[in-house]
Amino acid sequence: MRHIYLYRRSLPRLMEVVYWPLLDLLVWGFITVYLAQYRENLPGFVTFFIGALILWDILFRSHQGISVSFLEDVWAKNLLNLFASPLSYTEYIFSLMLVSVVKLVTVATIMAVLAWILYSFNIFLIGISLIPFVLNLIVMGWAIGIITTALILRFGQEAEVLAWALGFLFMPVSAVFYPVSVLPLFLKTLARFVPASHVFEGMRGVLSSGVFPLEELLWSSGLNAVYILAAFLFFRWNFVVVKRKGLLVRIGE
Amino acid sequence: MRESVVAVEGLTKVFKSLRAVDNVSFSIFPGEILGLLGPNGAGKTTIIHVLLGLTTPTSGNIQIFGLDLNKRRADIVQDVNFSSSYVSMPNSLTVKESLKVFARLYNIKNREKKIQELLEAFEIADIKDKLVRHLSSGQQSRLNLAKALINDPKVLFLDEPTASLDPDIADKTRTLLKSIKKERNISVLYTSHNMKEMEEMSDRIIFLHKGQIIAEGKPKEVIHRFGRANLEEVFLKVAREEVA
Repeated sequence: MRHIYLYRRSLPRLMEVVYWPLLDLLVWGFITVYLAQYRENLPGFVTFFIGALILWDILFRSHQGISVSFLEDVWAKNLLNLFASPLSYTEYIFSLMLVSVVKLVTVATIMAVLAWILYSFNIFLIGISLIPFVLNLIVMGWAIGIITTALILRFGQEAEVLAWALGFLFMPVSAVFYPVSVLPLFLKTLARFVPASHVFEGMRGVLSSGVFPLEELLWSSGLNAVYILAAFLFFRWNFVVVKRKGLLVRIGE
Repeated sequence: MRESVVAVEGLTKVFKSLRAVDNVSFSIFPGEILGLLGPNGAGKTTIIHVLLGLTTPTSGNIQIFGLDLNKRRADIVQDVNFSSSYVSMPNSLTVKESLKVFARLYNIKNREKKIQELLEAFEIADIKDKLVRHLSSGQQSRLNLAKALINDPKVLFLDEPTASLDPDIADKTRTLLKSIKKERNISVLYTSHNMKEMEEMSDRIIFLHKGQIIAEGKPKEVIHRFGRANLEEVFLKVAREEVA
């Protein structure tokens, strides 16, 4: 009964109940559709899948590098000490971005090495084009991380689950493991406005044709510029609101 | 006429239907310890949060060092610090690492020397390599106070700084704070539920009740005004809402 009361009052907790099953259904469902179309070419999928997995993890770690690092300050009850100091919220966000870069460089290196040892897969086969695409994934991860942080500030610790979950919301429309073409029309339209979908489509393009997908890169970079700006503006607006509502001190204590 | 370092005028903070702070005005002068007293929910902590710029006031004007807090917060906080028994230091760092982090945040020169001084002053030099999460609450409070003095603040906000200290360390902390205040002419806004401590520490007190100032003056004056023997009795009278 306690849990019923809890879930009735908490939208983030309620979301969690349907969130993971829905995402699993979408992601693996579309993969199945894709595999069913190209059964005879299955070995090529290993390259796609492992590469996609590593690149998705870069986005996810970039997101977590911000949101989980922020949560660590919340859990340590150290947030007030930080925001009472000369540190501005902009400096704080930039420092979290830096932390995320350190974390994801470590994770990406480990994954790349493991992929090479276990599957003889060399991520750098994708070539020099990998660098701008990886940078785009990092920026998108930052944008999601900043938005997550703003939401946790606003809705408190019950929104903590978003620190892990919000990134996955973009997964079905990011064309990580399957191309955008397998999506239904409305999700296809949505995917066009997700920077990561252009990164993964671009990566598939490089692997299948060897041609540098400039158009995908430009789309991804342009969308990311909008995403990161929107994330900063959202955080700034939210920071003003949480200070007015006295929420900053509640989450910090 | 003495010039105040903190000047608060008509401060009001409303949270939905709750008037947490209601048209409060006061000043803190150089080298003065101003005690904020009142029952839970009187608005003491909200005032400190507003003065730190962590909560935006609904209305009112706050000047610190003659600068408008609303416009010049970044300049002001360089010379301000705070300690609260409800706020911790990063728990996965060691004592010394935590102080290093804050020394950098406040851009302190001679960091090592400053940290060593504080470690010794608060008797935590022997635990400098211990993780914060492994400290006792008393040790954590002393670390918080050390952090509060890392930038040699001119104004210090202390929210129940001795709440979890044993009588010995609490007494040492009070003595240390008084000597720091005397040596550096530091101004302190102090809250505590320990009325004896408030009498001992405060040059002046402000008694808050439901967000409003109901008495202000030297501790003895306030005690006399309420016709009680000490601040403890005044507090009980106020807390039990005998005040009209």
